[in-house]
Amino acid sequence: MTIDDKLFTVKYKPDEVSHLRPDFEKCKSCTSKICTTICPAKVYEWDDGDEKLTVNYENCLECGACRIACEKNCIDWEYPKGNKGVTFKNG
Amino acid sequence: MTEIKHNKTEVIVVGGGPAGIACAVTIARAGHEVILIERGSFAGSKNVFGGAIYAQPMREIFPNFEKEAPIERLNIEHKYAILGQEDSTVISYRHKDTDTPSYSVIRGKFDRWMAEQAKKEGVIVVDETVVRELIIENEQVIGVKTELEEYYSDIVILADGVNSLLAKQIGFRDKIDPKDVALSVKEVIKLDRQKINERFNLSDDEGCIYEIFGGPMLGMLGLGFMYTNKESISIGLGVGLDALCDRKIKPYELLDELKKHPTIAPLIKDGELLEYSAHLIPEGGYKKVPTLFGAGVMIAGDAAMLVNNLHWEGTNLAMISGKIAGETAIRALIKGDFSEKMLSRYQKELENSFIMKDLKTYRNLMDEAHQRAESFMGYYLNQVNGFFKMFTTVDSIPKREKYHKFIFDFIKKRNIIELFKDAFSGLKLFWSILIK
Repeated sequence: MTIDDKLFTVKYKPDEVSHLRPDFEKCKSCTSKICTTICPAKVYEWDDGDEKLTVNYENCLECGACRIACEKNCIDWEYPKGNKGVTFKNG
Repeated sequence: MTEIKHNKTEVIVVGGGPAGIACAVTIARAGHEVILIERGSFAGSKNVFGGAIYAQPMREIFPNFEKEAPIERLNIEHKYAILGQEDSTVISYRHKDTDTPSYSVIRGKFDRWMAEQAKKEGVIVVDETVVRELIIENEQVIGVKTELEEYYSDIVILADGVNSLLAKQIGFRDKIDPKDVALSVKEVIKLDRQKINERFNLSDDEGCIYEIFGGPMLGMLGLGFMYTNKESISIGLGVGLDALCDRKIKPYELLDELKKHPTIAPLIKDGELLEYSAHLIPEGGYKKVPTLFGAGVMIAGDAAMLVNNLHWEGTNLAMISGKIAGETAIRALIKGDFSEKMLSRYQKELENSFIMKDLKTYRNLMDEAHQRAESFMGYYLNQVNGFFKMFTTVDSIPKREKYHKFIFDFIKKRNIIELFKDAFSGLKLFWSILIK
């Protein structure tokens, strides 16, 4: 089972704008890009060609791991709006 | 306060988890006005935990919960499983204790029920509302700013969970280090009630808990867990975020490995994934507890890092800290005094309770565990399985030779200096836990 299959079981109400805002300039010089590894919802993907971090914020499980793990400390992280984001039925 | 504010109440509690609900309902029962603000579409909808709540602390807040709340199963067995690459050693403690049991519950149902009860007892619950910041006037917290409006109150209690952005805003704590949290991922797997009963040796409504060491987490500060629900299994693991970063591990892949382990796989075979989830666990312990009170504000539960990770306790510390914060708020309301000095009672009462006493008892645990993770969470776990392999294998080799070889290998594979360091670390821990 892939992570996409797993995320398919989660109920979301995505917002139109991202609640996760990394400083993309700082991401360019980040060597580990650890957010792309430790995020349990594969929110972050690095595009080598465009040299840009993609933020699939719609998948976010709102755990906060990226905010703490980011070695550049550059993710402006907030909760999605009150009626948006993830809803765990079986948490 | 110098001026009369609109939207003014006596107490605002931020966060509809166990800490916030326990706090709000305590205040409402004393006849005071309290608003509980929850960011999810219902209480529990943003919450994830392993699986069990504890009856004794729950009864302190909701005495009849065992009859009324949505409970899954009464846990009658605790299994401690040490996993090797393929083998395992399992210690099991079975006892149907109805005096101080634990129950498996599902937070989306259980927290929601608690919030409904709180509502019935007078708490005003506001769902789907995010508190973006605290309003401060003359160095005193006097209210909260949501996306839509400002609410004012005499006291604000922060029960906004492990990430507590509000505690950070008012400088109650610094940035959290990766080593001070564990990242937990969990899967709830649908399985027939009958199959669960057979596989875990249970009757209907009886539950079993697995605490899992080693396996894919060998050498890392991390633990796996399994809880039986009525018709599903909760399986997951929590691993130090620092270890995941250092080893560049995807947490869900680690859980996949755990699910494949020969000791675990048969238990969840043919199950269907109902829901995947993730959450952080505060693991900093006593040394990382933030400032707990200030003028007009107190902080409870995960937001205050109140977790006793060695004993898998969190919701109980949350509820009792919430209750104590609530009782302190009531005293402050009676006196009309919301100063830092008045609210310092909260910390004093926490220190007199099992909460701070337990955190203090284990104050050195995380430092030692981090330093010795490879030995305590790797080498020795392997040795346990190695011992039983040696002890149970029949191969016509004389037993004394086998014992000698085991002891020789035990020392050789881990050099003597490291063994002494481990022993010293263990003694230091025992001393600090049992004596001083």
